[in-house]
Amino acid sequence: MAACDRAMAACDIVMAACDIVMAACDRAMAACDTAMATLQLKIDNLRRPGFGPFNLTLSPGDCCVVSGPSGAGKTVFLRMIADLDPNEGRVSLGHHRREDMPATAWRQLVTYVAAESGWWADAVGEHFSATDGLDASRTALKLPAEIMEWPVARLSTGERQRLALLRAIVQKPRVLLLDEPTSALDPDTTCRVEQLLKRLQDDGVILLIVSHQPEQADRMATRRLEVAGGRGAVPAV
Amino acid sequence: MNAAPLDYTDLAIAAVLVVLNVIMSRAFSLGLEKQMAISAVRMVVQLSLVGLVLKALFAAVSPGFTLLTVLVMMGAAGYEVASRQDRRFTGWLAYGLGAGPMAFATALVTLLALATHIRPDPWYDPRYAVPLVGIILGNVMSGVSLYLNGFTSAVSRDKAAIEARLALGTDRFTALGPFMRRSLRAALIPIFNQMAAAGLITLPGMMTGQILAGMEPTEAVKYQILILFLLAGGTGLAVVATLYLSALRITDARHRLRLDRLDERPRKAA
Repeated sequence: MAACDRAMAACDIVMAACDIVMAACDRAMAACDTAMATLQLKIDNLRRPGFGPFNLTLSPGDCCVVSGPSGAGKTVFLRMIADLDPNEGRVSLGHHRREDMPATAWRQLVTYVAAESGWWADAVGEHFSATDGLDASRTALKLPAEIMEWPVARLSTGERQRLALLRAIVQKPRVLLLDEPTSALDPDTTCRVEQLLKRLQDDGVILLIVSHQPEQADRMATRRLEVAGGRGAVPAV
Repeated sequence: MNAAPLDYTDLAIAAVLVVLNVIMSRAFSLGLEKQMAISAVRMVVQLSLVGLVLKALFAAVSPGFTLLTVLVMMGAAGYEVASRQDRRFTGWLAYGLGAGPMAFATALVTLLALATHIRPDPWYDPRYAVPLVGIILGNVMSGVSLYLNGFTSAVSRDKAAIEARLALGTDRFTALGPFMRRSLRAALIPIFNQMAAAGLITLPGMMTGQILAGMEPTEAVKYQILILFLLAGGTGLAVVATLYLSALRITDARHRLRLDRLDERPRKAA
């Protein structure tokens, strides 16, 4: 009987331990959820010779419109965030610090889409790695289904621009760095692109958009950055 | 061997052909006569000097002098590769990136041939080592310079395509892959063609020389086969090493395309 009691007591202790572990688990899960919801993009003292320092913090769903004269350093700013140009300073997304992860993984989270799109294969479809959600976004951008079969050489400038955006979006990045994403588009198509971008914002994606169109900034911006002479400043309202 | 000795009148008669070319260039105003004359004179001077050097070298049979000669040849090849590039790497790598793989592959293949096939005594006998290095280095050099030139111009031209892939999170070797493969093919085609055409369309220079100098054709053929194997092996080895090093240098550990490590302005190829 005494042995049985001892066994029961041991059982109780194990059960109690289990409870403690479960509670810790719950707390960890909750922390994880908050972390996902507050994946802030923090840019701290980002610079390279002739450019910066840039400081900026954006929250999920923010759209920062970057404006300024040509050659002011808007493109370099976006390229530095994506780590495509050598740079110094710290950039982090939530608890992901850029220097702690391989550049390839960072760029899948924080994706730069250049003003002039680049193509490395003959057919359009070969440029797409992911297909999840491809059709919905493609339709939203007014691109026909057959376009995936077309040779790149057949595409118009506007189609290239939208496809370059599309191939970045389907990889589901958390931050999109868009360099003049609608420069070659008519007003109607521009509107379609902006609607798609707004849907991404609702999902918590952070946008940085270089734009020369003041109306676009009025429609899209939750934050603004004015770049001049390689430096960024928040414009006075 | 009983080669028919040539005297200087024979050479003078052959030189008439070059003069003929110069006259043609004048007649059609091609503007090539100066280059033609300079390269012909340069060839005569270079070869005459080399003849004298080799004669002295062969008489001495010294490992030090043999090594020195080989090093000078490799240095000259490195310089030549750099001068054939439209856009070369900045700094000492303009020479080093080609010269390193070339020296490595040439040394390896030459030592292999000396140790296993030809086996002169002593093994460093310059009569064997120097001509072997010469013929291997020449072919390796053409492969390496074709590769480097093709690769760096393709990468600068298709910067947008490569950076588009890098921006999407592709690693550097995948992003450079198509350009590496294309340039590799272009660099190896000459040696493939040389093997495919040997004997049927062309009689290789070395074999022709040996036959003219009185060697049995079947023996000359065996030597030629050996040499072509050495050339193919050496060229492949050097080009692959160059491919790897140049891909590493034109990108960095953060998978960025570093065109700033190439010369600013495309130079006009000499």
